[in-house]
Amino acid sequence: MSILVLAEHDNASLKSATLHAVTAAQKIGGDIHILVAGAGAQAAADAAAKVAGVSKVLLADDAIYGHALAENVAKLIVGLAPNYSHVLSAATVNGKNILPRAAALLDVQQISEISAVESADTFVRPTYAGNALTTVQSSDKIKLITVRATAFDAVAETGGSAAVEKIASAGDAGLSKFLGQEVQKTERPELTSARIVVSGGRGMQSGDNFKMLEEVADKLGAAVGASRAAVDAGFVPNDYQVGQTGKIVAPELYVAVGISGAIQHLAGMKDSKVIVAINKDEDAPIFQVADYGLVADLFTAVPELVKELNK
Amino acid sequence: MKVLVAVKRVIDANVKVRVKADGTGVETQNVKMSMNPFCEIATEEAVRLKEAGKVTEIVAVSLGNAQCAETIRTALAMGADRGIHVQTDVELQPLAVAKLLKAVVDKEQPGLVILGKQAIDDDANQTGQMLSALLGWPQATFASKLVLNDNNTANVTREVDGGLETIEVKTPFVMTTDLRLNEPRYASLPNIMKAKKKPIDALTPEQLGVDPTPRLKTLKVTEPPKRSAGIKVKSVAELVDKLKNEAKVI
Repeated sequence: MSILVLAEHDNASLKSATLHAVTAAQKIGGDIHILVAGAGAQAAADAAAKVAGVSKVLLADDAIYGHALAENVAKLIVGLAPNYSHVLSAATVNGKNILPRAAALLDVQQISEISAVESADTFVRPTYAGNALTTVQSSDKIKLITVRATAFDAVAETGGSAAVEKIASAGDAGLSKFLGQEVQKTERPELTSARIVVSGGRGMQSGDNFKMLEEVADKLGAAVGASRAAVDAGFVPNDYQVGQTGKIVAPELYVAVGISGAIQHLAGMKDSKVIVAINKDEDAPIFQVADYGLVADLFTAVPELVKELNK
Repeated sequence: MKVLVAVKRVIDANVKVRVKADGTGVETQNVKMSMNPFCEIATEEAVRLKEAGKVTEIVAVSLGNAQCAETIRTALAMGADRGIHVQTDVELQPLAVAKLLKAVVDKEQPGLVILGKQAIDDDANQTGQMLSALLGWPQATFASKLVLNDNNTANVTREVDGGLETIEVKTPFVMTTDLRLNEPRYASLPNIMKAKKKPIDALTPEQLGVDPTPRLKTLKVTEPPKRSAGIKVKSVAELVDKLKNEAKVI
């Protein structure tokens, strides 16, 4: 068996989500190749070649892959897939956008966001906001799978010495065009790979008040996240959202501030190692999953927390 | 332009889902069912386009058992003009849904198909992407803003991992909705009454020439390990002490 893993990258470097997908590929077992589709992506391909357990890197370098448009990348995957038993991607926004398109073109029923590998054709995936774990067996010849990164450890970033093979572009599908982006610039770690996440909810009351959480986050080297309520209210941008349909995180420490703990939010963070909840409502459901709960007004507790961390 | 909206009937978002004791699925008996929240957003967007004069007709499609007609009625009450119900008791997986929707699109020839990005039951996040692939159309997934241009293109802003991204797609295209696209309305009582008179056509997978047999076999459904509540601390100082000395995470 050989397995193709679609790389998540920014042309210059490989994103850690890829390392988790490679671990899932190792659990399936077989020769592991990484596909880097990008524009000026030699550096990302070189990084992929160093990943432990990878035997080959395929680099498709073309301007049309610069912004990972699904129509173009899916077309490339469809051409490569017949050489593989499995095609994997981390369940990033790109992975979720691209892989189902490739799956349909290959007449394959994709398996989304697996959290465990039982065998080469049987996988476990969370459904109903993680309230059920469904074990499914695929009868398709090629398996297309997205991988929930938090459910698999990252493979070592170095130690491998795979060859980088340049492959031909599959051409522009001519259906869509990238126009621009608004990307949040931050010095903080990425939400999905941070060791500590500090999140705020509706209880924060305004975007300005998130500055308090940023201060805590900076003391701890943490990323800042939010509940859907805080994003919908416009306190913070959409990419802060942790939950069933936002980002799934599993840091060593998750600090939930002013978050009540709706099922949909818990679905995005309940696999965190240690959960702290600060909420003035002692009946808030978040306390049912918190290792350490503090019933307090966040507007006094958070400044105190900053002071304590400064000590 | 005609718009087609796909709507799915799911267990209501506020219901605490329970796994069946025999491990075959989740309890659906006597459980409140609703339109998938992302499909509500899809319907709302279509209705707003019609109100803005950009769209002439909205067709709401749902696939599944007899009760799915209720979900179509909800879409009709929100402002869709007519419904199509693809009736089947077979478990429908995203690829089959995409194939059935493609057959409906081939008949109806809409200029835009709007779907939710994800259904909150199977959390698959596939159908829109698959449908656009089968149609050979562009896909604009996870949309938070849609602008229809005059030159048969549209600009769609998408919620991506680092923030927002805007793409231009040619029409016809498939769009899937993210949470910030709009806030769906509640259907008013007069509109609910009016919806009862709007037509719903019934079709079957056989009539559409699609074999909906599932490709994935569900072997078992289990409950995830339960996380138990920990302790309540009395002060911020105690919290920091526990995190440093007991949990050792800071």
